[in-house]
Amino acid sequence: MTREMTHDGPDADHRLDGMAQGVLGRGEPRPEGALKVTGRAVYTGDQQAPGMVHGALVRATITRGRVTTLNSATVLEMPGVLAVIDDPRLVRFSGQGATTKPPKADAAGVVYHGQPIALVVAETLEQARHAALRLTVDYAEEPGAVTGPEDPAAEVELPQKKQSETGAPDAALEAADTVIDRIYRTASMSSAPMEPHASLAEWQGGKLVLHSTLQMLASAQGQVAAALGIEPEDIRILAPHVGGGFGSKLGISPETVAAAIAAQQMRRPVSVVCTRPQSMETTSRRSETLQRIQMGADDEGRLTMIGHEALVSNLPGQKFSEPVQQATHFTYEAAHRRVVHRVARVHRLVAASVRAPGEAVGATAFECAMDELADKLGLCPVALRLRNIPKVEPGTGRPFSSHKLAEALTEGARRFGWEHRHASPRARREGEWWIGMGMSSLVRVNTVMEAKARVSLSLDGTALVETDMTDIGTGSYAILSQIAAEMLGLPMGSVETVLGDTDLPASSGSGGSFGAASTGSAVYLACLELRSRLAEAMGCPEPELTLKDGHAIHDNRKVPLSTLMGGAAMQAEGHLIPGEAEDKARQATWGAAFAEVGVNAITGEIRVRRMLGTFAIGRVLNAQTARSQALGGMIWGIGMALTEELVHDARDGHIVNRDLAEYHVPVNADVPALEVHFLEERDDWAPMQAKGIGELGICGAGAAIVNAVHNACGVRVRSLPMTVDKVLAGLVEAEADQG
Amino acid sequence: MHVTLTINDTKHSLDLDPRTTLLDAIRSHAGLTGTKKGCDHGQCGACTVMVNGRRINSCLSLAVMHDGDAVTTIEGLGTPEALSPLQAAFLETDGFQCGYCTPGQICSATAMLEEIRAGWPSHVSETLDGPALPTEAEIAERMSGNLCRCSAYPNIVAAIRLAAAEREDAA
Repeated sequence: MTREMTHDGPDADHRLDGMAQGVLGRGEPRPEGALKVTGRAVYTGDQQAPGMVHGALVRATITRGRVTTLNSATVLEMPGVLAVIDDPRLVRFSGQGATTKPPKADAAGVVYHGQPIALVVAETLEQARHAALRLTVDYAEEPGAVTGPEDPAAEVELPQKKQSETGAPDAALEAADTVIDRIYRTASMSSAPMEPHASLAEWQGGKLVLHSTLQMLASAQGQVAAALGIEPEDIRILAPHVGGGFGSKLGISPETVAAAIAAQQMRRPVSVVCTRPQSMETTSRRSETLQRIQMGADDEGRLTMIGHEALVSNLPGQKFSEPVQQATHFTYEAAHRRVVHRVARVHRLVAASVRAPGEAVGATAFECAMDELADKLGLCPVALRLRNIPKVEPGTGRPFSSHKLAEALTEGARRFGWEHRHASPRARREGEWWIGMGMSSLVRVNTVMEAKARVSLSLDGTALVETDMTDIGTGSYAILSQIAAEMLGLPMGSVETVLGDTDLPASSGSGGSFGAASTGSAVYLACLELRSRLAEAMGCPEPELTLKDGHAIHDNRKVPLSTLMGGAAMQAEGHLIPGEAEDKARQATWGAAFAEVGVNAITGEIRVRRMLGTFAIGRVLNAQTARSQALGGMIWGIGMALTEELVHDARDGHIVNRDLAEYHVPVNADVPALEVHFLEERDDWAPMQAKGIGELGICGAGAAIVNAVHNACGVRVRSLPMTVDKVLAGLVEAEADQG
Repeated sequence: MHVTLTINDTKHSLDLDPRTTLLDAIRSHAGLTGTKKGCDHGQCGACTVMVNGRRINSCLSLAVMHDGDAVTTIEGLGTPEALSPLQAAFLETDGFQCGYCTPGQICSATAMLEEIRAGWPSHVSETLDGPALPTEAEIAERMSGNLCRCSAYPNIVAAIRLAAAEREDAA
């Protein structure tokens, strides 16, 4: 029996608040945690299969053209080498998320430097890697490779749906008392999850069993099926533990398809584990952005005009373009607005979703510009933002599902000690260090996806939650168990959650901050169905039924669940279907970030000294895992502001720093004490009144650091990351200005 | 080549391709997959194990260089039923998210606390010869060879401080 819900409008019932178990929202430890801390959690690359052989990807050393010859003969003579695979079905890069359309096939047609072109299979890992390095390749190079978005030869497209204009923006800018018109740049970036992309493929009869590092299994199943030309039903994908994804595992990647083809050809299980450089160079990246932000404001700091132009890049023919201005449409009020979105066609690794596509870079740049406006107006940056919060969504007039930006700003400012900030830069010095404070709003669109889950109730008083959902570090095991425990009145220890298997009901998968609310709601609905049946047995209306510690309680009667179940186990499915709710109200998560930094006056080194974030995400499902997600987002903001940049070679577009020594993710010593504060609320427009938290932290936190650096030392860096060279140049200029 | 490794008090006699790293020997040949491969270049710390009591990146070492050595991996520190104090502390403070870097973090932290006890200085130590203390700054500095992309760093530091404090109390 399936309980379906189409999400068409608000729900003010707040059923979860009426439950009695009291486990939801609490910082329950992760049920799979003991496996993870003892090394017993088995990830894709840990999988072994009898007779397993190893595949190593070979990458192109040209930017554009065709492979004419793979000189396989020499490597086939090497010990242990079994095959060199150049099947036309091999794909060139990772697929996008939430689609069953596979990534572009025909690996022999090279469109970026580093693209996988073949797979060498050998008995051992060492043999495969050695042979892959020895394989020589002949190419027919094509001229006309464009390696950067600002190359004048780049073809630039303006997707119609991403352009918009309201009022008379040019005239409004002309008439404004105060104007900001600035160019900001953010770098090409890598998801760089700690677990490299990996797949183990095995054919059992006509059926493909695939262990793979993936965030969304159901759509990936469709991608694999289309890529191989087989039916989705003939593929089973398993991913019970995924070592981080951050967007790079939303779609299938080249090694997924390569492993499947090789296993078919070899008639043996084939494991393909990307090396770190391959994991960064053959999957996907976040596009670099060039953003022109214009603002007009009146004397009191009310925005009259907002202009946000962006130039991003992707390979020719790719539909995805970093949705830089996604939140620009609704974050601040202004009567006159213009959004221009350009996509340059370049021969670089495919661009796709990386944690918070859009706002991560768009809100960050916009919040830097807001700081410049506040500065120009002589207004407190918090006050400027408070002054421009719209009451309804600008342009559409839709209501906001909930709106906590003002509270996030004021509460954050209070907790952080914002009143101690000096309004002018270079006002606080400790030894060699300029000290300053900066802040930013945080905003991220919120959405739900279709999701199914199954919940079974056994006579021994335990429940089993099953769905193909993944836990990529997000806390799915914990929160899905908590929802079932709360709804069914069971202690946490009596609920088991099984994830990461396409044989189970199809979930939303993990991505876009939609996982917890979407798949959580499917679990909630399945439990609601079970509650109805228990209530019927109890002889009471379902809303009046209390379930707690394995007992049903109503009207002075207390009955063990097993008695009520009449000797038979129970099972139900929940099915959440996104409906009209998304069109009727603007739904988003809101927050604010505050940072204090030190800038070394001599070296330009930046140290983040402390940071605080306030977050309004609706109902908090697990206080501890939600906090960890918020921390992670803020720390990604530190990386974006200070260190992270994929450097593309100007000559051939290849990623120069495709490893963890040269692509600088934040390390422990880069991260100060961080404070996270949730403004708990119930967003009626969100199922379970809960929204996502995985991405909000990165949607502006970097700007708080950029703005703090300016407040500290007077240097505005408009090209991220703010590496020491950029800061130092500004410091020299600032010294000269002071004479 | 023939190599004998004692891993978590169990002797493993392995016949290995000389190109095999200590990491791959532990994972693929001894079958202990708790130790993770994040970069294979000594850049991320996911493969950290203890060799004769000291933490090393096992991916940067060939197995044949360790004939006769005693290796401790994450599996040797505790089990889900009997967690080591650091393992329990990581669980308590949510010192991880995806868990992939976690075995390396915990092996690294286990050896790192011994380094502090032995008075080894770090870049942030006040003096070279004074006693070293498990402060936030010392832990963050000494744990910076272990990357965590989920960025659980504040919780990792909290976990290590918790375990260190518990050990002080017990001492």
